[in-house]
Amino acid sequence: MYREICSKYAPDKDNLICILHEIQNSHPQHYISEEAVQTVAEYLGVPANHIYGVLTFYTMYSTKPRGQNIIRLCESPPCYIKGSENILHKLMTLLDIEVGETTKDGCFTLELCACLGVCGNAPVMMINNDVYGDLTEEKVEEIIEKVRRG
Amino acid sequence: MAKTVNIWIDDKHLEVPDTMTIIEAADKHGIYIPRLCYHPDLPPTANCGVCVVELSSAPVPKRACCTPVAEGMKVVTNSKKLRAYRKTLVEMILSNHDVVCPTCAANNKCELQSLANNLGVEPDNLPSILHKEAVDDSSLSIIRDVNKCIACGRCVTVCNEVQTVYALTFADRGIDSHVDTAFSLGMANSPCVNCGQCTVYCPTGALRERSEIDAVWEAILDPEKHVIVQEAPSIRVSLGEEFGMPFGSVTPNKMYAALRKIGFDSVMDTNFTADLTIMEEGTECVAKLKAGEKRPLITSCSPGWIKFMETYYPDLADCVSTAKSPMSMFGTLSKTYYAQENNIDPAKIVSVAVMPCTAKKFEARRPEMRDSGFQDTDYVLTTRELIRMIKEAGIDFANIPDEEPDKGMSFYTGAGTIFGATGGVMEAAIRSAYFLVTETDLEDVEILAVRGLEGVKEATVNVPGFGDLRVAVAHGLSNARKVMDRVREGLATKGESPWHFIEIMACPGGCVGGGGQPYGNDIASRARRGQALYAEDRSLPVRLSHHNPEVKKVYERFLGEPNSKLALKLLHTHYFKRSVSTGQVTGEATHKH
Amino acid sequence: MKFFRSHVLVGINETSIMAGVQDFIKALRLELAKHNLQEEINILETGPLGFFGRGICLSVYPENVNYQDVKLEDVTELVSEHFLKGRPLKRLMLDDGGKFSPKLNYSDRIVLRNSGIIDPENIDEYIGAGGYEAWEKALTQMQPADILAEVKISGLRGRGGAGFPAGVKWGFTAPIDAPQKYVVVNADEGEPGTFKDRLIMEGDPHQLLEGTMICARAVGATKAWIYIRGEYKLCIDRLQKAIDQCREYGILGKNIFGSGFDLDIFIKIGAGAYVCGEETALIESLEGNRGNPRWKPPFPGVEGLWQCPTVVNNVETLANVPFIIQKGAEEFMKHGTPECTGTKVYTILGDVAYPGLCEVDMGTTLRTIINDYAGGMKKGFRFKAALVGGAAGVILPDKLLDVKMDFSSLNQYAAVLGSGAILVMNEHQSIVDILWSILRFFRHESCGKCAPCRNGTQQLYRLISKIKKGKGTMEDVDLMLTIAETMQQTSFCALGQSPIMGVRSAIENFKDEFIAITKK
Repeated sequence: MYREICSKYAPDKDNLICILHEIQNSHPQHYISEEAVQTVAEYLGVPANHIYGVLTFYTMYSTKPRGQNIIRLCESPPCYIKGSENILHKLMTLLDIEVGETTKDGCFTLELCACLGVCGNAPVMMINNDVYGDLTEEKVEEIIEKVRRG
Repeated sequence: MAKTVNIWIDDKHLEVPDTMTIIEAADKHGIYIPRLCYHPDLPPTANCGVCVVELSSAPVPKRACCTPVAEGMKVVTNSKKLRAYRKTLVEMILSNHDVVCPTCAANNKCELQSLANNLGVEPDNLPSILHKEAVDDSSLSIIRDVNKCIACGRCVTVCNEVQTVYALTFADRGIDSHVDTAFSLGMANSPCVNCGQCTVYCPTGALRERSEIDAVWEAILDPEKHVIVQEAPSIRVSLGEEFGMPFGSVTPNKMYAALRKIGFDSVMDTNFTADLTIMEEGTECVAKLKAGEKRPLITSCSPGWIKFMETYYPDLADCVSTAKSPMSMFGTLSKTYYAQENNIDPAKIVSVAVMPCTAKKFEARRPEMRDSGFQDTDYVLTTRELIRMIKEAGIDFANIPDEEPDKGMSFYTGAGTIFGATGGVMEAAIRSAYFLVTETDLEDVEILAVRGLEGVKEATVNVPGFGDLRVAVAHGLSNARKVMDRVREGLATKGESPWHFIEIMACPGGCVGGGGQPYGNDIASRARRGQALYAEDRSLPVRLSHHNPEVKKVYERFLGEPNSKLALKLLHTHYFKRSVSTGQVTGEATHKH
Repeated sequence: MKFFRSHVLVGINETSIMAGVQDFIKALRLELAKHNLQEEINILETGPLGFFGRGICLSVYPENVNYQDVKLEDVTELVSEHFLKGRPLKRLMLDDGGKFSPKLNYSDRIVLRNSGIIDPENIDEYIGAGGYEAWEKALTQMQPADILAEVKISGLRGRGGAGFPAGVKWGFTAPIDAPQKYVVVNADEGEPGTFKDRLIMEGDPHQLLEGTMICARAVGATKAWIYIRGEYKLCIDRLQKAIDQCREYGILGKNIFGSGFDLDIFIKIGAGAYVCGEETALIESLEGNRGNPRWKPPFPGVEGLWQCPTVVNNVETLANVPFIIQKGAEEFMKHGTPECTGTKVYTILGDVAYPGLCEVDMGTTLRTIINDYAGGMKKGFRFKAALVGGAAGVILPDKLLDVKMDFSSLNQYAAVLGSGAILVMNEHQSIVDILWSILRFFRHESCGKCAPCRNGTQQLYRLISKIKKGKGTMEDVDLMLTIAETMQQTSFCALGQSPIMGVRSAIENFKDEFIAITKK
């Protein structure tokens, strides 16, 4: 599977970031495994340690299995002054996990992130590719419920 | 073409080539700029910020390590502000460092320690922000303590750029960024070849060898054990540095005296088996040459190179000499020939090797290195470890009276001693191969073309009866890569290697620049150590391995002749294939004789 | 051309998509059809409208009525009131029943002149609005040196934060004789509170492409890369569409307009790192490396992407270029101040009545921006401070409300214009708190390469956390200044040099707050 994804790109190092994105997106647990890195390393002729260095540098990548849905709550100043901390606590109680953890049922992983550029609707979070703004504690509950139901 | 530019450092006018950085210009003219991550051997990582200087042309200070000089540049290296910045900077670095100086392997050698001391840094200005992490002690050779790491990046540069081993990398980001192996699997599960160059360049004690000092003392202090010691060629030209003697002092006899004083039961010399290696490898080489073999013969003494070859060039494993390294030949013989000759139960023999090398610790523990029926070499001490033992024993090394080694496996020729410098094995081998083909000795035994610090050296030697013998010498693994790629290409395209015989040493400069050598070494000091070996060669009565009487004796009394059945069994080995990601064995590359 | 009684511009952007704009448009069309109005009322899907409202926003022309936060359940009422009866629906109007009407200064705009007017996904609409005229002119009527001269005269300065003159930057690369040169568009917008580039790309992607093309022509680059953050999905889609359309129209490709000039533009997606907004870190990331910055010199203009001469410009900078070439530098210089020509796009956030975006001349005061374009403070709140320029910016107190917003004027107050983010805080908000949030951001976003930044951001975060908990002392406050200053003077790149801005402005302008919260 990883090999297939690789072969869509020319075997040049500058395609590394794109390949890693696609590999992560294609994995049901949204992460990049050792095996994936070995495959990419072989395909691009780039050492595995380099790829590991790259993928741990960028916050969008994970080297550990994650839930089906990735919640990324913005913690930057514009969201912070609009109460993102309360939203964070709400999410933590609601999901019964700490930041960086995955719910027991594997449904959600909670992460913090830097500014998503949707500050007009602070506080903001992304769940997978969807942005949710103007968050309140009530709204968060609804959203989580909705996503959980699918 | 470099142009010459005029610059002023602290009002001192200098004329320097425009290819230089400020720090290079300053160093060249004896002006000291405080620094931490900069090392003259390596491209600057510019990570620490300590070397900042003021330039009249820039609003904020610039790093001297990576700012090129320019015409008319005016540099100020010290000012109230710069002093204050440097101090705060070093305080910040210390606040994220495990400050355990008295027990640290790098104590008194640590560049951070001395910088902090020189700058008069206040101890408790900034509370610690260190987040303690587990020490990586997975490797047989190298211990990595990330808590002492200041992320200067030298090890990453040396591992990836100088050695192209690709074991270490920076991982994560910001305050969490740290040096690591891929997926934090540990050095033992990485392509690390144990060359230890990272330990040599580490400015602190974050990277060091796995110490075997305690185990060696245990053996020495056990009356039941017979502890025999061997020392690699480069040890004798490196020990003096640490005891106030000039760089490049040749001190074999002080070395023997110190080892005897420490309590070793039998003090021998690896140089003896270096000569033996020449007989085994030289014979192998001559056989290949006579058979018109298109594939080259490549030396096998350097264990870092061997693991590198198994990882990246297993397809060429059959080109590598099957001869064990001098250390392992010694180890095997110490529990067979030596035991027999001296009537000692080999089970009671503890064979210790003093090596300039961290990879030798790994080599000694390879499962195949048990041809004597025991682990051939029990313990490997680096030069640095022996220095600690000498200090622990309270020996005044510089003034200890000279002593001779014990008789037997200690006699060596000039050919054996130059093994420690890049090109030395090649030179020694040519001296004897010439004899093996022509049955006459070279008139001038010095092969200057294979000496020196150039990364890849090539030479052609005319051997009557054979013709032109084409040889290449590479030191440092990025240079090894260049040579091996050409061999691979030559075999693929023309069906033959560009060279008949190739010497490869994992460490830049050869063993004198090994990963177990004293701290603070740079290319200049390596060169002085190497020159000391050539000086010793010139001073020795016998300069050709095939004339070593003790080597002759071991063949007469034990092995028969070079490459005999017994010699192949005891003194030769075979190789494996390894994963480029984890360094683990994935299969055999060649078979045992 | 068909004649419509009214045009309804519907902004399709991250915000409105979030609010369900696609379903809304379907319902609106159905409702209009129900009343047989589909031939009278034209629905136009466009980028972000000229104002910034909540949720789904509509602009209705020629009435010039703006709605915000329109919901699915409002469709029936909206159609029957506005489009049947001709009575704008007051309760949804942006002007809040006439109390405030944000200035929609289309005539004064450069960068956002098409935004909210044309369909960003349709190249014909861009061309219809005069798009690609400048590109054609640059290719067929001007020499690269002429383009460079025009941009130099215009005084256009980089809009990414530092304000370096664009013409000078191009001038480093243009004369170099190299087999390959590149243009890189920095669309890795990450400064907290800033999303002007997103709006530019969502609203008028072709204008950015055109600016990029002209730049490439001026410096002799035949390949351009747009490095865009991975979170900007809509921008990525729209830019890709726009590039595909250009290739189809022969606006990109080989021998464009028969000029003999070849050019192609490619998109590269980032993976989440603020530091990649720094041009050399961005280049490293483009090459498939960790986003650690490189030392300058050599500057990217001389040795950049794959060691080739590379011009790196911000989205907004390049989006100004078509105007300069099309209308001339003279016209451009009518905007702004003599040292800082042109306009600037701002995002205004926080406790203002109407958070939003605006494009105004350089040199407009902060007070004007807040009052005229954001409706002043939110009801019941008093102005306390504004964080200008994002996390790397400064915290300005009310006494500096009348400072002119341009690169030079702000410099006098040791402040920076930065990215164009304005975050307004009310009197109840704690400066210590906001500084804590800023320093947490830096701690998270430092690349970790250099010691002053890696350790400094962590020490600053530790100190401000201590102070925030009421456990700090004024010595800790001083120590923060020492550390931030050391970072400014010794850090490798602009990221480590930035925290001093927030730290110093917070401590100097709001010292009382620090005295009150620290232990005596």
